[in-house]
Amino acid sequence: MITITYREALKSAIRESLQKDERVFLMGEDVGHYGGAFAVSKGLLKEFGPERIMDVPLSESGFTGAGIGAALAGMRPIVEIMTVNFSLLAMDQIFNNAATLLHMSGGQLNVPVVIRMGCGIGRQLAAQHSHSWEPFYAHVPGIHVLSVGTHEDARGMLLSALQSPDPVIIFEYTSMLNLEGEIPEDAGAVDIRKAKVRREGKDLSLITYGTGVYKAMEAAEILARDGMDIEVVDLRVLRPLDEETFLASVAKTHRALIVEDAWKSVSISSEVSSRIMEKAFFELDLPVERLCGVEVSIPYPKHLEDASVPQVQDIVDRVRKILKP
Amino acid sequence: MISFKMPSLGADMEDGTLVEWRKQPGDLLQRGDILADVDTQKGLIEIEFFGEGVLEKQLVEEGQKVPVGTVLALIRPVGAEAEQVVPPAAAPEPKKEAIPMEPILQEEKPASPPVATEKTKRIKISPLARKMAEMHQMDISQIKGTGPEGAIVKADIEKRLAEIVPEKEVVEKPREVLQQAPVQQAAIPESEAIRKAVAAAMSRSNQDIPHYYLEKRMDMSKALAWLKEANKERSVQQRLLPVALFIKAVAKALDDVPDLNAVWENGLQRKNEINIGFVVSLRTGGIMVPAILNADTLSMDAVMACLNDIIPRARAFKLRSSELSQSTFTITSIGEGGGDKVFGVIYPPQVGIVGFGEIRDEAVVHEGMIGIKPVVDVTLAADHRATDGLIGGKFLAALNKYLQNPASL
Repeated sequence: MITITYREALKSAIRESLQKDERVFLMGEDVGHYGGAFAVSKGLLKEFGPERIMDVPLSESGFTGAGIGAALAGMRPIVEIMTVNFSLLAMDQIFNNAATLLHMSGGQLNVPVVIRMGCGIGRQLAAQHSHSWEPFYAHVPGIHVLSVGTHEDARGMLLSALQSPDPVIIFEYTSMLNLEGEIPEDAGAVDIRKAKVRREGKDLSLITYGTGVYKAMEAAEILARDGMDIEVVDLRVLRPLDEETFLASVAKTHRALIVEDAWKSVSISSEVSSRIMEKAFFELDLPVERLCGVEVSIPYPKHLEDASVPQVQDIVDRVRKILKP
Repeated sequence: MISFKMPSLGADMEDGTLVEWRKQPGDLLQRGDILADVDTQKGLIEIEFFGEGVLEKQLVEEGQKVPVGTVLALIRPVGAEAEQVVPPAAAPEPKKEAIPMEPILQEEKPASPPVATEKTKRIKISPLARKMAEMHQMDISQIKGTGPEGAIVKADIEKRLAEIVPEKEVVEKPREVLQQAPVQQAAIPESEAIRKAVAAAMSRSNQDIPHYYLEKRMDMSKALAWLKEANKERSVQQRLLPVALFIKAVAKALDDVPDLNAVWENGLQRKNEINIGFVVSLRTGGIMVPAILNADTLSMDAVMACLNDIIPRARAFKLRSSELSQSTFTITSIGEGGGDKVFGVIYPPQVGIVGFGEIRDEAVVHEGMIGIKPVVDVTLAADHRATDGLIGGKFLAALNKYLQNPASL
């Protein structure tokens, strides 16, 4: 095992992709000379040159469209949109072109583009730079949506995404960049079709993704000291949802708490909750519960920012309440 | 005032649990409206009402298990004035003998003022706990819930189970007591219940009915050729299968030989409608016999559509009362790869069952030559109290006539 930061894991995945396939190139705002807004691509320009590490103008719609065009022309572009907050400007390209072209061309045109974007809160960047908008993307057929909640996936998801013939959106979490974690030395591509049970338990299923995964693991650890046996399911793939995994977990534990940073209304948790109700109703011993982002514009002050999304203690408290009414 | 009673949904049914009222007092009822859901050994059945009127009063609460013939509701016929009514005091004893096949409707005179029935309180229980309670046939009204809002949860069921097991060791029959208690919600009958129902009906048939058997091999070449031609114009979904042809031909043959479209209840009683019961095997074991109503008047496409609708519903235990209770004659078809012939056991109180074996190529003598033709071996099992071999023979001859002239169907 090696200890590595989330940022390093992301970077080594980009580097390996560039080494393995000459059709792969990285494009995005400040990814070259500046080394990336979050220093994920630092040093790559020097190693691979300006043709493969491409700085682009501040026009999300323009450069995302260029990436989609390159993918249509046979390249394997990695488009970095600095954060999900700016991706709204590129939504027309992503939803109206990348997601639909296979269908509109009668199956003739695949769009093998990978779009990475920073996501979430935790760095005191205030409302306009702190959104958790995974649910927008998970709503749209025609794209795959991945959420990088662990170091293992930071290292592996990009490699697998580049193998997909269809557009893949990858959400990376800026608050986790400096977080250290252990991965096997030979860590590499991972399955990007399945959710994953990160911890087995029998009393309750904590279903989450992204920044929720390590929080849920920590909460489960604390609850275990009090004899509560919590299962943690990392959704990983937000579209298409791997319902088989979380339904099996609920069938085992009969209780579910879904945790996410995104706002509660019309979210990933609403969808997961619905599917549990539709397909595992008779396995439920308690109503499905949710812990989600508070429905406010994300505040700037640290203590308010912390209060606006579920924290480890919130998860612990809620599980205690559920299991010991 | 019309007394709407718990119908008999087959000769083997003695009682049923009223699971849910679909109509409330004051609701206007029209012919064919579904009045309530009743749980029987054959699953959750929708009980229909074949009259017109206003639901005056419900006399049985949801969750109550009552014998066949118990008055479930009073219905004011269209035009009659609203009036004060009294529910009949007690349910009649369940009849052991033959039971009429249709919902029992009769006029009843109102007497003294009504007795107030208390509304049952809804019991909060988690879906999992409910499933467990049904599995163990527990009476949930006896269980105290400890979940949110006093709901019964898994732990409460487990606790109750732990209490029941020791009781069972001490007392002789606590389990049976539990089984007789009203079941609050309908369960999909376990295959065991279906098995019991089949066993009861079939035992009764073999004990009471002196069967006689006839068999005739029928040439299928014309029928199959006709089907092939007919299916050319149809989409895959609308494709006709030989079984639709069989049902239609049987219905027409019964029209020619009406003594077989009858029941034996204190003598032979012919039925006016030709409702063909069709044996559907369940994947979990056991059989259901839903009826195709008025099969003689339906087009072949309508029969096929009816089969496509009714077979999945039978397998999902979602049949309507009329479909389960009103068949006047039964067909069993062994299907491909089963047997060359099938000899049926009559479903009482009907007087006949026709069995179709597998359609297959055989060497047959035709105009002094031996040729290969598709044939089907058709058997008739009939009640010798009701008819004799001559009638049975006429029926098979008529059936053969129609199969040789499929266009006439």
